[in-house]
Amino acid sequence: MPQADLPRWSAGNAVHQEWLERALTISPAGGTLAALTHYHSALTRFANNTIHQNVAETNTPLMVRVDLDGRRGLATTSQLTDDAVRAVVGRAVELAKRAPALSDRPPLPGPQRHRMIDRWDQATAESSPAERGDLVARAIRQVERAGFTAAGYLTTASAVAALANSNGLAASMPSTFAEFAVTVMAPGSSGWAKAKAPALSELAIEQLTEQAIRTAERGREPRELPAGSYSVILTPAAVADLVSFLAGDFGGLAVLEQESCLTGQLGRRLFGSNITLFDDVGHPLQMGSVFDGEGVARQSVTLIEEGVVRSFVYGLTSARKAGVPPTGHGSAAEPDDYPQNLVLQGGASSLDEMIASTDRGLFITRCWYIREVDPAQKIVTGMTRDGTFWIEGGKIAHGVKNLRFNQGLIAMLNNVETMGPAVRAAGEEHESCIVVPAMKVQNFRFTGTTPD
Amino acid sequence: MADLASYALDVATGLGAAYADARLIVAREQAIITRNGEVATLIDAESAGIGIRIIVTDANGRGAWGFSSTSELTRAAVEASAREAVAVARASGLAQRMTLALAPQPPIVADWASPLRRDPFDADLDEKIALLLSADTAMRRVAGVSLARGYLSFTRLDKSFVSSAGARIRQRLTYSGAGCDATSFKDGEIQKRSYPNSFGGQHQLKGYELIDELDLPAHAQRIGEESVALHDAAQCPSTTTTLILDGSQLGLQIHESIGHAIELDRMLGYEANYAGTSFLNAAMLNRFEYGSPIVNVVADATIAHGPGLGTFAYDDEGVPAQSVPVITAGRLTGLLTSRETAPSVGLNTSGGAMRADGWNRIPLIRMTNVSLLPDPKGPADLSALIADTDEGVYMETNRSWSIDDKRLHFQFGTEIGWEIKKGRRLRMLKNPSYGGITPPFWRNCDAICGPAAWTLWGTPNCGKGQPSQTIGTGHGASPARFRNVEVGVAYDAAG
Repeated sequence: MPQADLPRWSAGNAVHQEWLERALTISPAGGTLAALTHYHSALTRFANNTIHQNVAETNTPLMVRVDLDGRRGLATTSQLTDDAVRAVVGRAVELAKRAPALSDRPPLPGPQRHRMIDRWDQATAESSPAERGDLVARAIRQVERAGFTAAGYLTTASAVAALANSNGLAASMPSTFAEFAVTVMAPGSSGWAKAKAPALSELAIEQLTEQAIRTAERGREPRELPAGSYSVILTPAAVADLVSFLAGDFGGLAVLEQESCLTGQLGRRLFGSNITLFDDVGHPLQMGSVFDGEGVARQSVTLIEEGVVRSFVYGLTSARKAGVPPTGHGSAAEPDDYPQNLVLQGGASSLDEMIASTDRGLFITRCWYIREVDPAQKIVTGMTRDGTFWIEGGKIAHGVKNLRFNQGLIAMLNNVETMGPAVRAAGEEHESCIVVPAMKVQNFRFTGTTPD
Repeated sequence: MADLASYALDVATGLGAAYADARLIVAREQAIITRNGEVATLIDAESAGIGIRIIVTDANGRGAWGFSSTSELTRAAVEASAREAVAVARASGLAQRMTLALAPQPPIVADWASPLRRDPFDADLDEKIALLLSADTAMRRVAGVSLARGYLSFTRLDKSFVSSAGARIRQRLTYSGAGCDATSFKDGEIQKRSYPNSFGGQHQLKGYELIDELDLPAHAQRIGEESVALHDAAQCPSTTTTLILDGSQLGLQIHESIGHAIELDRMLGYEANYAGTSFLNAAMLNRFEYGSPIVNVVADATIAHGPGLGTFAYDDEGVPAQSVPVITAGRLTGLLTSRETAPSVGLNTSGGAMRADGWNRIPLIRMTNVSLLPDPKGPADLSALIADTDEGVYMETNRSWSIDDKRLHFQFGTEIGWEIKKGRRLRMLKNPSYGGITPPFWRNCDAICGPAAWTLWGTPNCGKGQPSQTIGTGHGASPARFRNVEVGVAYDAAG
């Protein structure tokens, strides 16, 4: 079967399943899993009001995993030819023959009932370099008219993720993706906005650009603020970047191996009673695949209910170890499991209402370079960036220089005063889709400021 | 395969490209991870494809970049990809303000392979697994270790670079990496120790000989014991004091507060939306006092500097590896540059710092081996440095790292620390952290250990670019001392 037989950017999947079947047929192992992702992505990048990088990629990574008497090997290739498929199966088998046996290897799942969710937009799949270039050129002109300098990108992608195993499971999920981000630089200040969606047409590029321009304008001549604890209003992007650092702690294996800050906390009220967190691939604002890396249907899981730690997510391996059913959060390559579709229940406050209710506090547009300082207390550090403002008397008073925070996330989620409606957020610290609200948080702790 | 790359150039230039280059890469990686006595991950990954980068110029002489890549290595697919690269470049012209003028680079025809004594892909898999399981057993022999992990990874890149200017360069680069870590959970506290470095260990441009040199099992029990002992150690105090850093942590300090700051694309605003800019600008070159007079830093990609993750013979624009003096006796003297950016600061040639993390990404300015040179007159080793220190804290092995988007305000945490008093290493400290501002921090460096204590560390996970790229960088360092550093900052405020 020649590689060029793959369909060019349609949601059809028959050809993908044929390649997977070919791998399964070649494999001598009864427990074989094969997964193929066929994708095309393109990204138009701009800086200094010019398109300076502009790229496109077509790729077809094929993964084959074989289980031989409890021994497991995994191999990948980017080549879809008969010889390459035969070779990748052979390499996986060779590894499996040499791997130590695991006595308690979970069996491959059989056919699954996956949700039917349409996350494919043909227009996005067919978007051209000229279309992206035109949209970017308009955004640049918008920023130039304001007298500022723009940097950012517009990307579109389409993918078919197909998977099959030797126990009769076959699944595929077509999806498209679009994302726009813009930084607007003014003398002494900057603004930023970013959004992602399954369809290019859903991105409000002009509105996002305007938002970044306004943020840059308002932040001019920023002042230095002393370190200390302040009330903060966090945009959904900032909330997503912070909350994403808790995601791994809900992994079943992390809890079993006592690497999670939630070890021993199941059923306990650890967070504020206004915090309810799900992992729900079916949420209307969510994106991504309806099955995990082993083909198991992703379940909707309540992680925190009104502050109480309710459950964790499991792949086949960790579920077996924990003696619970898998929730569809596993990976083919590693035993780790991870929430992929976080949804934090929001409230009814608007950002303007949150600002109006704040006598003295900070507005945070974007967090930057967040890293975990303490895995048990879940302290993270990071900086603010591209639009940090002092609020006084219910109004934005002036911009402030970027601040460093050292904040416990468990403490933060006990100090949430009000929330906005949950939206699809686009931050920098998470690849998966996160649906979260804007938040007003008390006693958010800052430990320093930048000199510039 | 080389014919395909040449065909890509023919198609692109035939469609009007003023310049084209193509990189055909076959990447192979083997990764083994053990956790608590089991082989948890065993992967043999292969990825092959071609990336085609071109410049199209308009009637006004302004040039625009286009890039397309494909994993399908047939003439039809390569032709389609070259056509797409041209279409992408023409679309770039829709918002083009600058003239593209590449620094000259004579075309090179060469073939180079990184040196190795033992091919890691020929080494026996049973031997590799046995090594990790031996370290695993040693770590879990210590009561209180809740999770033991071991890591081995091997990567081979076969790269063919061709350009419309006549370059024909083949390189084979072989990397090895190994490490282990022990985690201990007790009373709601999690402590971890790693050897020889955190986040997967040490990585170099070497063969399996690196794994032999590191000898994981010999160090496994110690890190197990330290991970457990940390629970009962004193909390790192919150104060301003003298700080001594081990070479691995200092390597990351160099990476974040020097390496990224000297990337010329950041200084020019190319990375403003994501990775950020830099507190440096071109006017500061040869003027700015970056550090104290004993601070000498090079960006050195040559094999003479050592087998680092930033070592190669030619970068991904076909420019030969170079040694660039970045900080000389404390003064900023050099930058990381490319053919496109070098002319903007008056340089006639690229510094050879362009690398891509695969066939499917464009080259970006990346750190090579950005290394702090040892001080021949400094203390011979860590013991001598501590003996020379009246009071302070010694910190070892990175745990967290963060720095602002201009590379000024940083904070690091390490796995372990020790109190220093009157030239002696005293009680163990847990949860160490320190922070500061880049120039004053480096100006307060008053001692750097000598050549015998110098190691070329590998940072395998440096992220940059959109779409994102992850690449390995090298950082040579020996233990060094810094005065008046704020330590304990993270916990003091977090409460």
